[in-house]
Amino acid sequence: MRLSVDNLACRRSGRRIFSNLAFALGPGDALAVTGRNGAGKSSLLAILTGRLRPEAGRITVTDVGEASLPECLHAVGHRDGLKSSMTAGENLLFARDLLGAPRLTPHDALERLGLGHAHDLPVAYLSAGQRRRVALARLLVCARPLWLLDEPTAALDAGSQAILAALMDGHRAGGGLVIAATHQTLDLPGAAELRIERCAAGAAPEVPEPEEWA
Amino acid sequence: MGVIRAMLALIGRDLRLAGRVGGSGALSLVFFLMIVALVPFALGPDLNLLSRIGPAILWLAAVLSTLIGLDRLFQADEEDGSLDLMTAAPVPLECVVLAKVAAHWLTTGLPLALAAPLFGLLVALDGTAMGATALTLLAGTPALSFIGAVGAALTASIRRGGLILAVLVLPLMIPSLIFGVSAAQAATGGTVPFLVPLAVLAALTLIAAVVGTLAAAAALRWPE
Repeated sequence: MRLSVDNLACRRSGRRIFSNLAFALGPGDALAVTGRNGAGKSSLLAILTGRLRPEAGRITVTDVGEASLPECLHAVGHRDGLKSSMTAGENLLFARDLLGAPRLTPHDALERLGLGHAHDLPVAYLSAGQRRRVALARLLVCARPLWLLDEPTAALDAGSQAILAALMDGHRAGGGLVIAATHQTLDLPGAAELRIERCAAGAAPEVPEPEEWA
Repeated sequence: MGVIRAMLALIGRDLRLAGRVGGSGALSLVFFLMIVALVPFALGPDLNLLSRIGPAILWLAAVLSTLIGLDRLFQADEEDGSLDLMTAAPVPLECVVLAKVAAHWLTTGLPLALAAPLFGLLVALDGTAMGATALTLLAGTPALSFIGAVGAALTASIRRGGLILAVLVLPLMIPSLIFGVSAAQAATGGTVPFLVPLAVLAALTLIAAVVGTLAAAAALRWPE
């Protein structure tokens, strides 16, 4: 799949977050989105997932048949989309049936992330890092060409970060795309970097508006 | 096939969640019982009065207990990010709403309708009235779930939106309430045949199914 973004602008609660954003990705490419807190990294990812409407600009996807952009991507962010009272296996099985295009079984996917023993444990019993790894296992149970990762290494220990880096390498070697928003240095060899600078820096108020806390 | 599988997965997940800790599985049924049991205490032991207003009491209790857990219908999924997962599914959002409302009705409306004959004993209903009230609840409670889903979708991103939700959806449930009660009362006598108000009630449910599904999906798509 190919993704190209032209002249993208975002406005939330009446304030301009960013404008004139452009990048293009082809099979095997990766993009690291950086910028300081509140620069709009998560807003960019929200626009790509279709949860936020851009103020201006165009997003084009090619080579994916009839699927729309939200149907070609996996998004893993700070809201992990896991139900605490269901087991890790049940959560992944649900994601697999909902999203379609099944690949690994939930047990194998958890095994790959070193969490095979948590298959039958309710997610409520898991630590923050383990929950994040269950959410990342979703990347493996369904095959989708674009991975959108928001701070993927948050709460992960060194070993898990290495596993994640290997997964991203494998995904890109298979022709997949990765877009990761991060503060830390990610292990993404050959990745382009997109730095989002705040529009009218200095003039913009630093205190977020109440709507953004929700 | 993918759409059916996704909808079944959603219904199965919501039924499972309703039965686990923190779910609202049996809660609305218990609430229903509470309201119905309170009325005889408030009115006194006048059996004639109770059996006359019995269908109305059961319907009022059903409307109020539908509200239990309704505020969490979409809010819980919005908070933990499951809603993002559903928008990324290769399924129209309308189907997602339909599946969630079906699960909601299976855990609230259907148990209420099945338990209505039993609870009818508390308000001194005779056999015909019990059967008629249960039938009207079976035909009418899906409309309550569909109307409620619109309010739940509109208040999904508002914290403590439960009260706003009740104020929003209760007026819209009045038509179903009117025809549900009048059908149940027509069964035990009166000038109108039972089938006329029942047909109107069923029509209201079908309208609510179409309008409610489209409106709730539109409300969920609304950016921010």
